[in-house]
Amino acid sequence: MRHGKYRFIVGFLALPLGLYALFVVWPFIQSIYYSFTDWTGLSPDFQMVGFDNYERMLDDDIFWKSLWHSLLFALVLPVLTLGLALFFAFMINVGGRRRKGGPAISGVRGSAFYKIVYFFPQVLSIAIVSLLFAFAYNPDSGAINSLLRGIGLDGVQPLWLGDPGLALWCVMAVLVWSTVGFFVVLFSAGMASIPAELYEAALLDGASRATTFFRVTLPLLWDTVQSGWVYMGILALGAESFAVVQIMTTGPGGPDYSTTVMVLYVYQKAFRDGQAAYATTIGVALLIVTLAFAAIVMRLGRRERLEF
Amino acid sequence: MKTTETPATPPAESGATVYKTDQDPAARRPSGQREGTVLNVFSHGVLVIWAIMVVMPLVWAVMTSFKDDGSIFGSPWSLPDRLHFDNWARAWTDAHMSDYFLNTVLVVGGSLVGTLVLGSMAAYVLARFDFPGNRFIYYLFVGGMSFPVMLALVPLFYVVNNMGLLNTIHGLILVYIAYSLPFTVFFLTAFFRTLPTSVAEAAFVDGASHTRTFFQVMLPMAKPGLISVGIFNFLGQWNQYMLPTVLNTDPDKKVLTQGLVQLAVSQGYKGDWSGLFAGLVMAMLPVLAAYIVFQRQVVQGLTAGALK
Repeated sequence: MRHGKYRFIVGFLALPLGLYALFVVWPFIQSIYYSFTDWTGLSPDFQMVGFDNYERMLDDDIFWKSLWHSLLFALVLPVLTLGLALFFAFMINVGGRRRKGGPAISGVRGSAFYKIVYFFPQVLSIAIVSLLFAFAYNPDSGAINSLLRGIGLDGVQPLWLGDPGLALWCVMAVLVWSTVGFFVVLFSAGMASIPAELYEAALLDGASRATTFFRVTLPLLWDTVQSGWVYMGILALGAESFAVVQIMTTGPGGPDYSTTVMVLYVYQKAFRDGQAAYATTIGVALLIVTLAFAAIVMRLGRRERLEF
Repeated sequence: MKTTETPATPPAESGATVYKTDQDPAARRPSGQREGTVLNVFSHGVLVIWAIMVVMPLVWAVMTSFKDDGSIFGSPWSLPDRLHFDNWARAWTDAHMSDYFLNTVLVVGGSLVGTLVLGSMAAYVLARFDFPGNRFIYYLFVGGMSFPVMLALVPLFYVVNNMGLLNTIHGLILVYIAYSLPFTVFFLTAFFRTLPTSVAEAAFVDGASHTRTFFQVMLPMAKPGLISVGIFNFLGQWNQYMLPTVLNTDPDKKVLTQGLVQLAVSQGYKGDWSGLFAGLVMAMLPVLAAYIVFQRQVVQGLTAGALK
């Protein structure tokens, strides 16, 4: 054994592991423990109450609303975002074929430009993006409604974020806007590694673009799509949806709780209502939803791995 | 370029009918040519529309930041009557954008250095040394990537509070580092494994200590990986909203994202919408500029994680 190996290992791991344990692991363990207490967060005293918080949660209408909205975020958002991104990436990388004199397979003209521009929103803070769109959605003087007026649609002036039926979709649209570019670039990288011969063979067989996409591109890209889905779902259940909902919709989470999501509800219970224990209970539910989501997507998406 | 739609099955052209199959019109070369043209127009159209949808809100924000309050609400889409640079000056000083900027630079600067140093130390040990518990510690770190941060935030608030680190810059730095470690360790462990062992062993045989070997041989070799993961963390930490919202409520210590949201929400900045827009654009410009300059590295850094 080399001299000083263990001293070195301990010396190098102590600080990162200590910091991680103190600020990440320990609070996680604590929060599960707190979910069985009646801790308010305001005073140091609390008692064990068993499953009371969990029973209360199951009777809480707002919890169910927030759960439903979070599920919508985790299911609808990735479908929209990944679907759009796949379409754009395919157009950018493969869609330009049959250009005279060029290679059989290529992107449309200006594909590099599109990739750069589409990625813009990804580098912006979701908080700043949310603020910007909150202004744009303003029903009276916002950019969107005045654009509608400008093109003669005076009758179409939705309340957007003020309309309980629309607010959630408005918020989701912002997340789609800000994340599509990332996946366009991600899928482009994946598509670039698919050998051109496969496309040429498909072309010789007379496959249309739709056929090429569903028979060649998508199967070979499946692994990337799947991990993209999990990644997007975890984001949509967590930090991203917190920022958009907290910033863009007013009051308790949109008109009539129409945009409340689980992360926001945890935040409100803990830091606004002084119900820290109940907040951690909802947090545990969020953890279960997140893990279940990842497990289900991984299982449903499992396919025979294609080698190329 | 033709912009008119062609029927789903393009009219047969002489000489091409030989190849005709009902299922697949693209098999006939001449009309396949035409299908290509139409689809090119269509795909280009969609790509252009999305590009406009991405750029327009940003252009609108820049435009609005140069207008006076009256025209922001009166005619959101008109060009500014003149360039109101006073909005920018007001935002920078009166609205404390300069303070938020400084706070953000301090927090992100400190935590970025800390994340890279601590992350690479842990990753190097986990990648290169066999010791009991190696796998456990690795999965403990990596597991942190999929847990909802909000769950830990409630107890974390009290951990940070008890240590007297609430509302401090260095407290935020430590927490940022802790929450950046999962991905950083995950990414850099994989990276250190790909580096050749011979160089490090030669250095060790020459009498360099483990520590010296790490800092003088391995770290310089890991530069590409450090840059990728550094950009990823820079953007993540610069754009962080949830952690400071919970752990940092002192108005003087606010970072850019929460400062802007605070301005928009509170009445403290009564009615100065033009100043607020100037602040928004101010916060967007540095990252957009950095993205345009370091475009390739940013894309690599951000997609590196999701690709594997």
